[in-house]
Order: sequence, then C-alpha cells, then structure tokens
Amino acid sequence: MLEIKNLHATINGKEILKGINLTVRDGEVHALMGQNGAGKSTLSNVIVGHPAYEVTQGDILFNGKSILSMKPEERACEGIFLSFQQPVEIPGVSMVNFMRAAVNAKRKYQGLPDMSAGDFLKVMREKRKLVELNSKLANRSVNEGFSGGEKKRNEIFQMAMLEPTLSILDETDSGLDVDALRIVAEGFNTLRNEQTSALVITHYQRLLDYLKPDIVHVLIDGRILKTGTPDLALEIENRGFDWIREEAGL
Amino acid sequence: MDSRGGRTVSAQEQYIELFREQRTLIDRYAAPLMNDQRDAAFESFLKQGLPTRKTEKYKYTDMQQLFAPNYGVNLTRVDFPVNPYDSFKCSVPNLSTLLYFVVNDQFYTKALPQAQLPEGVIVDSLRSVATERPELLKPYYAQLAKSDLDPVNALNTMLAQDGLVIFIPRGVRMERTLQVVNILRSDVDLMVNRRVLVVVEENAEAKLLFCDHASDDRDFLVTQVTEVFVGENAHLELYDLESTHAKSHRIANTYVRQERYATANVTTITMHNGLTRNQTEVQLAGENAEISLNGCAVLDKRQHADNNTLIHHIVPSCQSNELYKYVLDEQAVGAFAGMVLVDAAAQKTLSNEVNANLCTSPDAHMYTQPMLEIYADDVKCSHGSTVGQLNDQAMFYMQQRGIAKEDARMLLKFAFVGQVIDSIRLEPLRDRLHFLMEKRFRGELSKCEGCKVCN
Repeated sequence: MLEIKNLHATINGKEILKGINLTVRDGEVHALMGQNGAGKSTLSNVIVGHPAYEVTQGDILFNGKSILSMKPEERACEGIFLSFQQPVEIPGVSMVNFMRAAVNAKRKYQGLPDMSAGDFLKVMREKRKLVELNSKLANRSVNEGFSGGEKKRNEIFQMAMLEPTLSILDETDSGLDVDALRIVAEGFNTLRNEQTSALVITHYQRLLDYLKPDIVHVLIDGRILKTGTPDLALEIENRGFDWIREEAGL
Repeated sequence: MDSRGGRTVSAQEQYIELFREQRTLIDRYAAPLMNDQRDAAFESFLKQGLPTRKTEKYKYTDMQQLFAPNYGVNLTRVDFPVNPYDSFKCSVPNLSTLLYFVVNDQFYTKALPQAQLPEGVIVDSLRSVATERPELLKPYYAQLAKSDLDPVNALNTMLAQDGLVIFIPRGVRMERTLQVVNILRSDVDLMVNRRVLVVVEENAEAKLLFCDHASDDRDFLVTQVTEVFVGENAHLELYDLESTHAKSHRIANTYVRQERYATANVTTITMHNGLTRNQTEVQLAGENAEISLNGCAVLDKRQHADNNTLIHHIVPSCQSNELYKYVLDEQAVGAFAGMVLVDAAAQKTLSNEVNANLCTSPDAHMYTQPMLEIYADDVKCSHGSTVGQLNDQAMFYMQQRGIAKEDARMLLKFAFVGQVIDSIRLEPLRDRLHFLMEKRFRGELSKCEGCKVCN
C-alpha cells in the first residue's frame, strides 16, 4: 500500500524529516507516536502533498507508484485521505456541495459518471449516521460553527463518503471527550477492511485502545527510532519518550 | 497635464455644443415635462463641468476619458430594427415575470405582455406618460436626481428624451415580478441617455428585475438616472443585473426615497461588463423605514466597477443594511465608496455597512472606502471593509478531498458572492443567479451573447 523510503523534507529551508522509512501493507493500521515537533504532522502533510513542504530526498510509493510529482487532488483521488488535525472552516460552501464536488471529482478520476443527486443524498444520509452527525449538517457551511467534536466527526464522515484506501488520522482524538472519541473510533472501525490501511497519529493510548493498531512507530527528531507491537504504545504511556532517545544514543 | 487639460475641455465642450445646437431637436422628440428641466440642468452642468479624478466622488473612475470619444446620439428617435422577443427569449425558470423591453432608451411597444396589469399600474414609456399625464409625474420627475447634486444628473436631464415609468398606485400589491430588459442596440458607437421613474405609492408592493444587455459589438456609453419613490408602508424589491460586454460603459445614478414604514431591497449585480459606475443614494425620510442595499461585482480582464453609495438617515428609527462584495481577477479594478450619514435628528438609527473583497490575482486592484458620519447620539452603527485573497488552507483542504485546484478556487469565489445572492428574496431568481454565477466563474459567461441571463 504505502512505502516511504529515506524521506527527507523541509519547510522554509528547515529540515524536519531526516530519513523516514515506513511500509504499511494492505489492511494494516499503524500508529505513529512522538512528541510535539517530532515531525508527525509534517509526515502526514508531505504524504498528501501540502505545497508548503519540499521533499529533498527519498520517495513515497503508493500502490507501487511514486506520488511525489502528483498534485494533492490526484493523491486524494488515488485513495489517500487525511483527517486534519485542525479541519478548516469554509464559509459559504455547504457540506452537501462540498461533498458532491469531492465525490464526483473522484468518480471522474476513475472514469465514472457523476453520482445522481438522489443517490448522493441517500449515501450522505447513510454515512452520516455512522458518526451520528445530525441532518442539519448538509446545509451548513463546511466546519463553520461546528464544535471541536463535530469537526472531528465530520472528518470521519468525509472519510466514509470518499472511501479511501489509505487514511491518515492526524490527532483525530485531540480535543474529543470520551463519547465523541468512541463515536469517531467506532465509525473508523466500521469502515475498516482488508483492503484499507491507516496511519494513526496520536499522543494517547486511549484512541489506540479502540483502533488496535498492528504496529506502533515512534518518531523522534524526524526519524523513526523505534518500531514495535501495540505494547510499545503502552510502554510510552507509562514511561514517556526519553528512554527511546537514550536507547538510540541521542 | 496639458494634454489632459486639453481633453477636459473637449469632452465637456462636446456636450455643451451638442445641447446648444440640437436643443430644438431634443425638445421636439421629448415631453414638455422633461423639456422644462433642461435649462436649469444645462446651467448646472456648465457650473459643475464633467468631473475629473480630483472630484472626490469620481476619483475612482475617469469620467473625462469616458466622455471624450465622439459617440453618436439618436436625437430624432430613429427606430433600431430589433425584435427582442426573438433575440432575447427571457425566462427565469419558475419565475413568471411580466416582461418588458427597453431598446437603448425606447420602451418597446410592439409586443407587450398579454397579462392584464392591475388597475392603475403603469409600465410604459416615460415620454408617453409624461406627455399624456404630466400632472401624474410632475411631483416626481427630477425631484430626487437634482442637477446641482451631480453633473451626470445634469447631463442626463439635459439630454434624456425617453425611458421608462413604473407606477404602482396606492394599495396595489403586484404579485408578479416586473422584468425590464434593457438592450443596447446600434450599428454605430452610441451614447444613450435613459431616464427611469419608479413610483410605489403608499401600501403598494412591487418586485422589479432590471437586466442590462448589449446586443451589438459597438462602444456604448449609457447614462441612466433612476428615481425611486417608495411611499408609506410600501414595499419594493429592485434587482438590477448587468450582463453586458467589454465595450459597454454604464454610468447609472439611482436615487431612492422612502417614507414611513417603507421597506426596500435594492441589489445591484455586475455580472459581466466593460466599465460601470453605479451611484446609489437612499434617503430614509420617514420613521421606521428600512433599506437593504446590496451589490456584488465579478470582474476580470480589464473590467472596472465603481459603486458609490450614500444612505442618508434623516429621521429617527430607521434601519439600513449594506453589503457589497467584489471578486477581482486578472487586471480588474473595483472601487467602493459608501457613506452612511446619520443626521442629528435620526436617533435610534440601526445601520450596518460591509464591503468585502477578494483579489484573486496580484494585478487586480480594489479601492474601498467605507464611511460613517453620525450626528445623533443614540444610534447603533457599524461599518467596515476587507480585502483579501483566497484562503490557502481552505484551498488545500478541498484539494485533499480530491477537488481540483481550479474547481476549489471557483467554489470559494462562488461562496464569497453567494452571501449577496442569498439576500435576494425571489427564490427562483436567487437560484438562477447562483447558476449564472457558477457559469461566470467557470468562464462560460465571457460575453453577452443574446440574453445569457435568461437563455
């Protein structure tokens, strides 16, 4: 699914990623942990093609193809989805118009005709239930006036609509109360299958309790310094990150 | 400076000469009520002259340059062959309007809507009504658009021979929208001086949709002076939509006066144009009157739109809401200067003025000047303006969902002006405008081919 090879990336000339190697296979969920500033969000932004970041070395392969020269929208249509840490408010663009544009853009990319308005609304209704978003959502502007929890649920709703094969959840758990966390996690788990994979960025064990990752990575100073089983996440919860630094001789 | 000075004289002299030499002809093909105003207008024009860039109100639009070319005028009222019903099949879906045409400044009488108008309602040529029933129009004609207020008023009053009257007598509530399509039609470069009078008497109600189009690939210079009277407890919706071409130059002065409890929604949309200057002045003259004054302009290439507005709170307890939005691309130039003036007597005024602008190209220019003058001490007023670019974060968010960059740009622009269109109360028109706006942003409404508004 995803192969990241010796990836180096900079923003404004400052190197943030210093040689990342990471392979996510079909159906796997990987957790990516690390302190603030370690480069977790940078990695997710680089994968989806944020224009502020520059890849200086290495490659990212998605289903065997290099995606580095692809535009963000092409990567999205290939099946990569990012649940934003801070979803953007877009006043004046209604959720329904936004989602219709997105769904049809992907269908166009796949050579399919636009989805009919009736079908679209039906799908929207179904997927909305998954994350318990209320029906008024369709007419509201994208994320405008949404609470923190609603914004995160809205991200998972969009993921459900777009059916990506690789989902990146960038601190989707931050700012969520226990109930909202459960809704988001259960929504995510419902969408999971053997063909879909995920990269979950988080600081906390509690999201991982729900998502049950296959593999846990620790990102420190732009490198993955440790990779292990879900037990690694528990150990970090108890001991923090310093011991990993020390182990690595930093 | 010298050459400019030279042009100043010639642009102005042109119209002074025209008036002096052709006065008999102008009068012959107009109504006495209109002719009576010409001397005073001429004197006033001589005094004021054509504005220069140094004239505060006109600093964003070069009137000297605009009036310098030698345009033809149709003083003898030659009929331009046109069948608007063929070339301008107009139907806003689900909006059943009563449709009228004005070709240049002439009300088109060869085919009128079949439907019977309610008793006393007049939709007709200004010249005819002013000739046949001068007593009806005398209290209104040239009473708001005074020549000494503005040189364009003066020039238009000097030269105008015809135009349109809409008269809704007291108590009549027009259900159907009156749609007037103004068509510019000429085989030579043409100057048009159109005059419009709208009277909605007390307790009456009307919805008007004015659409400006140009049908020929000629240079047009249009001065249009519109006077709108909204009587006590009367309600008016006036939508003025311009979709012309790059060679069209529109100078439109609109004056609105509202009596007690009168409400008005005046929305001016520049969808496609060459150069446009709209001056809109509203007098809130009766207590508890309310105005929504809105506008938007979508500009690219070298298009130019300048909206100059004045909302004058004369008496207490009136309310005004003003929202103008511009989207500028390529080398377009936009200007907004909006004054809200609250007299000392106008206590309990509520007023809000917003001008928001989006420059989507580094070469586009926007000049904005929100102004508020308050002489009363118990009012709630706000005013402000913004100029910004497309939100990069929103762009990226949409791209991450698979939406192509160009489509994302379009969605954002569309959302931006959507706020103005949403303020339109006629739902079918609102839907239609959303549709047209989308076409406009997709670049599919690049010139006025027939009635793009309606086809």
